[in-house]
Amino acid sequence: MSNIGSYDERVKNFSWTIAEKELGYKPGDVINIGWYCTDRICEQGKGSKVALHWEGFTGVEKTYTYNDIRLATNTIGAFLRGLGLKDGERVCLFMDKIPELYLGFLGILKIGAIAQPLFSAFGDESLFVRLSNAETSAVISQKKHVSKVRKILEKLPHIRHIIIVDHDGVAPLKDREVAFSLEKSAPVEHLDIHPTKAESASVLHYTSGTTGMPKGVKHVHYSLISQYLTAKWALDLREDDIYWCTADPGWVTGTSYGIIAPFAIGVTQCVLDAGFSAEAWYKWIEKRRVTMWYSAPTAIRSLMKAGDEIVKKFDLSSLRHLASVGEPLNSEAVVWSEKVFGKPFYDTYWQTETGSIVIGNYPGMEVRPGSMGKPFPGITGTVLDPVKNEPYPTHSKIGLVALKFDWPSRMRTYWNNEEAFQKKFRSGWYITGDRSKLDQDGYFWFAGRDDDIINTAGHLVSPFEIESALLEHPAVAESAVVSKPDPINLEVVKAFVTLKPGFAASKDLDLEIMNFIRKKLSPLAMPQEIEFVPSLPKTRSGKIMRRILHAKEWGEEIGDTSTLEND
Amino acid sequence: MADELKDAVLNYVAKEYLEDDSEPLTYDTPLISGGIVDSFSMVSLKRFLENKYAIAIPDDEATPEAFDSVNKIVSLVQKYVAKKG
Repeated sequence: MSNIGSYDERVKNFSWTIAEKELGYKPGDVINIGWYCTDRICEQGKGSKVALHWEGFTGVEKTYTYNDIRLATNTIGAFLRGLGLKDGERVCLFMDKIPELYLGFLGILKIGAIAQPLFSAFGDESLFVRLSNAETSAVISQKKHVSKVRKILEKLPHIRHIIIVDHDGVAPLKDREVAFSLEKSAPVEHLDIHPTKAESASVLHYTSGTTGMPKGVKHVHYSLISQYLTAKWALDLREDDIYWCTADPGWVTGTSYGIIAPFAIGVTQCVLDAGFSAEAWYKWIEKRRVTMWYSAPTAIRSLMKAGDEIVKKFDLSSLRHLASVGEPLNSEAVVWSEKVFGKPFYDTYWQTETGSIVIGNYPGMEVRPGSMGKPFPGITGTVLDPVKNEPYPTHSKIGLVALKFDWPSRMRTYWNNEEAFQKKFRSGWYITGDRSKLDQDGYFWFAGRDDDIINTAGHLVSPFEIESALLEHPAVAESAVVSKPDPINLEVVKAFVTLKPGFAASKDLDLEIMNFIRKKLSPLAMPQEIEFVPSLPKTRSGKIMRRILHAKEWGEEIGDTSTLEND
Repeated sequence: MADELKDAVLNYVAKEYLEDDSEPLTYDTPLISGGIVDSFSMVSLKRFLENKYAIAIPDDEATPEAFDSVNKIVSLVQKYVAKKG
């Protein structure tokens, strides 16, 4: 029997107080995610239970019990407080998937500061715009990544401390840098946990915008309520599970379901800090006897590409439940997983802004391969007519995925950008930016984005940000960035580029521009194809018509070109 | 030729992908599984090899396993250089 039991019954009798009661929370109480994920589990007498099995790419292993993570998060919290960091300040985590990332996240929350995780592959420009917007006070990083912070530090007066967790003493520390070693620090038995309340800010994740720079999505400690219950019901996560969430905490899945929900439930988590390889992943499942596996379509398609034979080399019989997130899971992947693992991946749908799963396929409900599923109990979702801004009266029409904005983990605003936040609503509905249709039984079927944002391997990338960065390359006169189809990553970045006089298209220039963007923004933002063109399609008012280029890449109808320049 | 090729690939990886230049990089350092080069960055590394050695590496052969160390990359490149004649 699954945790959710009957989906229909849960919908009928739903209230978020179910999660509040299980967590022992009452409105008005102090609610601190850091405490819920560590001290509370210990107070339940489970301090000796393994909370985290971690393995690095060199094979180094570390294991932490719940009491270990309680002490480690206290120690980090006390260190940050000792530096003068206070509640409400933003503390960035800029690290690989090492234990300090997971423990640092909770340590930050324990002192009431706001955790700002950033993907460690971000280049200096991506890092700068996010740290600058958040007016971040401190960055916790590793020596391998700190050079990117140093490069932009002069432009970031708000940063008071750069904490290096693996400083080896060989190279001297530089301006504003301080070394911290979790292993060499005396464990702090008692930390006064900041009395955060439901609406106290907890996490700031950055997401791409179509026409502006990245937006900081502000979440609060009360998000725990949604994250806890959706992990139990949608992911069927149980206290005795050995759980592996493959997401990096630089992105929201890696915090909501890679830190907060599993530790609040008290499961044993496994983290493998190594690049992707099918063999390494299967070996990890076998070694750790993983029971619940939450991954992404890109990874699943990469595993499909590696073939069925390799699966047979490993004992994967421990797997009990599989789920997926990040982009639409194609029906072939669902069918394949049933064939090779004996069970399907259950697709889940949500976004940085929603903070937790809002639509999904649940163990207590028929799975329709290729479908996004149905709204989580307590969440009202619909497909809006984009012209009338009201739900379509009949099913099967493609429109905007819209939600009533009333669940605990919804974002509270965009950091320093309330205007952009307000623009996310139409007629009282929160507009996700995705398009879909509903079938006659209420299942959602994904149809694509409603804007120019590119979803590559489950990560949203802004064409605007890439185009702005391209203009900084000395050879680029103008550019337009669109997605192009990709069998593994769903979409990848393609750039159309016109060159300045004196520059000629060449293979070397193509590679130089690719690397320029990779280092400045991130590998995800790097165009995988650059097409040098004599000019770009523009409206008569001079606006680049990405739509035309996008349609060309996807083999779609170009549509109305009446405003096209020189048409 | 093999040594020259190995050094050229090693130097390129060190220059383009290694963030911390104090980290030692050898011919056998794991690049993909070691997190130095990710699957997206692999595209630019493949492009470099194809441009420099005037070869075309089929996507099916550009796997994380085949790109996981300088030595493995060199084997792959040599195969296509030899095919070219």
